Amino acid sequence: MEQKIIIAGFGGQGILSAGRFLAYAGMLEDKNVSWLPSYGPEMRGGTANCCIIISDEQVGSPIVNDPTALIAMNTPSLDKFEKIVRPGGVIIVDSSLVGRQVNREDVVTYAIPATELASEAGNATFANIFLLGKLIAHTNIIKPESFELSLKHGLREKYHHLIPEEMKVLRRGMEY
Amino acid sequence: MGKKVLMKGNEVIAEAAIRAGCTHYFGYPITPQSDIAHYMAKQLPLVGGTFVQAESEVAAINMLYGASGAGARCMTSSSSPGISLKQEGISYMACAELPAVIVNIVRCGPGLGGILPAQGDYFQAVKGGGHGDYKMVVLAPANLQELYELTVEAFNIADKYRTLVMIMGDGNLGQMMEPVQFKDQEDIYKDEKAWATVGTGMKRKHNTITSIYIEPEVLEAHNNKLQKKYALIAEKEVRVEEFNTENADIIVTAYGTVARIVKNVIKLAKKDNINVGLIRPITLWPFPSEAYVKCAEYAKAFLSVELSAGQMVEDVRLAVNGKKPVYFHGRTGGMIPTEKEIYDKIKEILEKLGG
Repeated sequence: MEQKIIIAGFGGQGILSAGRFLAYAGMLEDKNVSWLPSYGPEMRGGTANCCIIISDEQVGSPIVNDPTALIAMNTPSLDKFEKIVRPGGVIIVDSSLVGRQVNREDVVTYAIPATELASEAGNATFANIFLLGKLIAHTNIIKPESFELSLKHGLREKYHHLIPEEMKVLRRGMEY
Repeated sequence: MGKKVLMKGNEVIAEAAIRAGCTHYFGYPITPQSDIAHYMAKQLPLVGGTFVQAESEVAAINMLYGASGAGARCMTSSSSPGISLKQEGISYMACAELPAVIVNIVRCGPGLGGILPAQGDYFQAVKGGGHGDYKMVVLAPANLQELYELTVEAFNIADKYRTLVMIMGDGNLGQMMEPVQFKDQEDIYKDEKAWATVGTGMKRKHNTITSIYIEPEVLEAHNNKLQKKYALIAEKEVRVEEFNTENADIIVTAYGTVARIVKNVIKLAKKDNINVGLIRPITLWPFPSEAYVKCAEYAKAFLSVELSAGQMVEDVRLAVNGKKPVYFHGRTGGMIPTEKEIYDKIKEILEKLGG
């Protein structure tokens, strides 16, 4: 199995870190992974995205031109990447922030008001985790337990008390 | 081997350098390689090393001259415009036979250009961006495990031959994360560096490190000595990966991250029963010309794919030596060719040559 994922949105939404935790979790499951961020002034302009590949085989190019999955956390990101998602792939949008429907018939679409739901669950900044939950449930690309380990490894200790809350949000996303 | 860690390419370079015994780093920030300096600033003092953010790239390369002259394992890093500024110092160091590692995480040019990945500095690196007859070893890793291993190797080659070694990556390689496994212990080439200017202790004649030789006979003799050394490096240090080249109809040449895209193309082509091979130079200098001599016997054509307007393709032409046609496909400005784009080019060439 190989999943090529693009996560995209505004800077500050945890786009890059969501991708990193996902890639790390894949590595913990002994899969081949890569993570490639947009970098430099492009990010300071407000948009951020990253490409993650999680694969049973060796990863070729880390650049993703034909994602199997897209998480879009704002309208410009959906506009930019909607067209290139592979037929049969999945598009997950944060409908709290994306002002339109997905215009593809040949992909699975989830429109989730993730920012609102994460906010209800206690922390609006976990919207990225909510959407990752849906991605994990739809693709089975990693186990939620690996994600938890990945958070433990990737977060500084002073944030570790947030992990149970983040896992709760992840599971909510999985069940949505 | 240690357990797998997920790291950014730039951080891998810095970590590998420290593991290789690099004690001095001098640099000036520039995207997309500033993480190297960030990592060095944090980690190098912890092992008793010295990190200096110089006031400019020119200062950094001259600090490298000084540290290397004092026998230290040392490194500087920058990206294309910054590497241009270092060229004078590079030429001086080559003449003075000072070993050091220079990292170029190439961005798109010319000029200040942009910050996205490119390979437009190939000529500068392998043909000598500075003045005079000199060469430096240029290593072009394609993944982060190789980036780690080649960085360690770069320090060894530098000391072994008293030469400059450049690690040439691009923005993708520097910014991406991939699992890396570090060894428990590095294989480090040990050299006394009896030539270093570290004080005589009144026990020996003083050493001289210089790049000025006013007497023509002396300078020609020094040039001959340098050329002999470069010939030895060219004989001993060629590194290349040949992938699926046996019986290939067409041989693609690509280095660094572009080679990874080509490997995807090879998979695509296999499904259509088209046999595509890849020669991936790992040393851009010395260039792995031998690999082409053999493949030119049976391949119908060669194609060089680069993030440039056509630079390495000249070395491919020299190596193929007119035996078979050599084609080129390149993108510039930070644009990256897609698998489909490269595959279409391959099909177009094979069609032109009659299947």
